[in-house]
Amino acid sequence: MCLGIPGRVVQMVDTEQYLAKVDVNGVQRTISVRLLADDGLSVGDWVLVHVGFAMAKIDEAEAALTLDQVQKMGADYVNEIDAFNSSSIN
Amino acid sequence: MKFVDEFRDPAAARALVRSITELAGDDEFKFMEVCGGHTHTIYRHGIEHLLPQSVELVHGPGCPVCVIPMGRVDDAMFLAEQPNVIFTTFGDMMRVPGSRGNLIEAKARGADVRFVYSPLDALKVALDNPDKQVVFFAVGFETTAPSTAVTLVRARQLGVTNFSIFCNHVTIVPPIKAILESPDLRLSGFLGPGHVSTVVGLRPYRFVPEVYGKPMVVAGFEPLDILASVHMLLQQIRDGRCEVENQYIRVVRPEGNTQALKLMSETFALRPHFEWRGLGFISQSALRIHPDYADFDAEERFSMPGVRVADPKACQCGEVLKGVIKPWECKVFGTACTPETPIGTCMVSPEGACAAYYNFGRLHRETALLVGRRPE
Repeated sequence: MCLGIPGRVVQMVDTEQYLAKVDVNGVQRTISVRLLADDGLSVGDWVLVHVGFAMAKIDEAEAALTLDQVQKMGADYVNEIDAFNSSSIN
Repeated sequence: MKFVDEFRDPAAARALVRSITELAGDDEFKFMEVCGGHTHTIYRHGIEHLLPQSVELVHGPGCPVCVIPMGRVDDAMFLAEQPNVIFTTFGDMMRVPGSRGNLIEAKARGADVRFVYSPLDALKVALDNPDKQVVFFAVGFETTAPSTAVTLVRARQLGVTNFSIFCNHVTIVPPIKAILESPDLRLSGFLGPGHVSTVVGLRPYRFVPEVYGKPMVVAGFEPLDILASVHMLLQQIRDGRCEVENQYIRVVRPEGNTQALKLMSETFALRPHFEWRGLGFISQSALRIHPDYADFDAEERFSMPGVRVADPKACQCGEVLKGVIKPWECKVFGTACTPETPIGTCMVSPEGACAAYYNFGRLHRETALLVGRRPE
């Protein structure tokens, strides 16, 4: 199926042909990085892999921000409940 | 797995669901997703069952396999059955039924049909088999089209003469517009396709809030991404905002992938119109090979039957694809039409709403109905 999955660049195989080796969950394969040619890809970068192509770099900082956002969204309710629980009006 | 596991944290999901329930309150919301990957995640992780009854997720025409009409599958079978042809295809297309069976059956009858993971694999088959004609069945939205584009450029670079593409790429904006124009649906907003957006960026969706007044949030594919996106949609509505937002910031840039778009503009042209299963003919909704690359166009190299075939009468894929009915509301769901004996494409592709529901959602819903918990 044509999913997009995260992979880590482990080796630049052929810069002229835009080929790199990525590690996806322990399995290493050569894919094309032609679509990220201008993005300055290096070993250790994470990319989104789809049908043998790197589609985009995965930005670790943004990923962390997203998880942060998720926690904040969930916290609204929890905070409300905590506040309610802490109330003692009389 | 990094970038996967942390976006599946159950505690965070539960907290998000509670926030969503608060935000939704007593109103009712219907959000449509237009990406097969989202349909799959939603069913696989039971997200519809996590969400409160006030929030309904509707599956739209986001599976590029599901929208290929039977006539085009027949054309693919025709190519596969040509002597001296090696027909290469993604896995999901192999069991899609045409009017004379599917590609796997053609293979069983002696056609050389091969599964490939990537169009580059198909090109390699051509290089390894210079005495055969190799055809690649190109399907997919803008996520996949750039890969076909790069393959075309490479094929030209190498001077390959025995390789061609049967192009069935489709574009995402026209079906969204068709859905918004359809009188059948009253949607509250959209979950935008995450991976298509890595290529096209956010700008193509601006017409959704600006012309049709519906919010859109481009969403990632893990459960927390989808729940967060639902939260963002509800927040927009509560705040009185209406815009395109990006939840999938770790991968989607607002400008998309300009290199991919440039390669696509060099190798593809827009078809004036294309038939979508269930939606009929939609103008400027599909790609064909650019005249500059005509020597790689299978429709130029071979003379295709090109016959239009109507869907079987029992098939209600069209209504499922538009989100008008749910999979279980289709008359033949689970009886005549199952993953083993599919009538329509919604059941064949793992990303189709019916297959996803059959494989993941069915038992949960049937149990819930049995204990009288959730009305139909």
